[in-house]
Amino acid sequence: MVRAPATVLSTPCEPVNPTAAETVRLAEDLAATMRVSPGCVGLAAPQIGVGLQVFAVDVTGHPKTRTCHGLLVLCNARIVAASQWHKGREGCMSVPDLTGDVKRAGRLVVAGQLPGTGEDVEFSTNAFEARALQHEIDHCAGLIFLDRVTGADAVYARKVYQPPRG
Amino acid sequence: MPEYAVTVLGADRPGIIADTTEILADLGLNLTDSTMTRLRGHFAMTLICAGDVTAATIDGALAPLAVRRALVATVREVGPDGDVAAPGEHYLLTVHGADRLGIVTALARVVAEAGGNITDLTTRLVGRLYVLVAEVDLPATAERQALGNQLRAVAGRLGVEATLRSGEADLL
Repeated sequence: MVRAPATVLSTPCEPVNPTAAETVRLAEDLAATMRVSPGCVGLAAPQIGVGLQVFAVDVTGHPKTRTCHGLLVLCNARIVAASQWHKGREGCMSVPDLTGDVKRAGRLVVAGQLPGTGEDVEFSTNAFEARALQHEIDHCAGLIFLDRVTGADAVYARKVYQPPRG
Repeated sequence: MPEYAVTVLGADRPGIIADTTEILADLGLNLTDSTMTRLRGHFAMTLICAGDVTAATIDGALAPLAVRRALVATVREVGPDGDVAAPGEHYLLTVHGADRLGIVTALARVVAEAGGNITDLTTRLVGRLYVLVAEVDLPATAERQALGNQLRAVAGRLGVEATLRSGEADLL
């Protein structure tokens, strides 16, 4: 896992050919890495050191999830429409020691391509899945949540649960 | 009624706020604006309070904190609100990257030379990652685009990323 500061996290990613074999391998790698990372609901290629526009998202079972498409792996994704902006606390596996308040659209239309078939897809979502998608699309644009925090008082040291001693 | 700026700094532990504000309240001082936070294990408190006592009285009343809690307290009288700058536009400056000497100075200087006023600024160092978030008021005459480009250029020379975004609040 690449952690900030790292150039690959701050550089806009290149578009990919969704049908290329290496894109399919990258997509599988992202989905597999996301699954074995505790608490991880999304992972973008730059987070594993690859500057390409591919990411995986899966918000299944998260309490803030409303609409849920299960495992989503998208290439060259872009936001088509965004509305109903809300502030919420976000973290990132590439910035493990901080969280921040970020305003994101609660209703979102996203377009992209599926790895393998290259099929164009466009879908609507909301709530937590919308937030996760915006976070990952930002990664593909070379942005991390720190670029979007809502104020000087909106960055927090991550609270780590410490079992009581003794 | 005179106003005072009080700072208190020391190793963090439970009770610093309770002890300090109790002393001020017992003197009849009313807290107005304050900021209190923990900075790498040190608790830092800056506050403005108003009341009919002298700075020397406040200083004397806070003195036991130095003995009991190893806190450093300062008191100074401040005048009424200074000249308030004409309302400008509110922006957020975010900077992040590998820590190195001079990031705050270099970027704050660019903001200052554009006539911008930093009204709040937080920095965090976690591991190698240095993060700065500043709230900036820019005069209406400022060239926002040019300032953003200049901040990015200076940040680039320091090997960090800088973004300047509109920070206008939504009116609901």
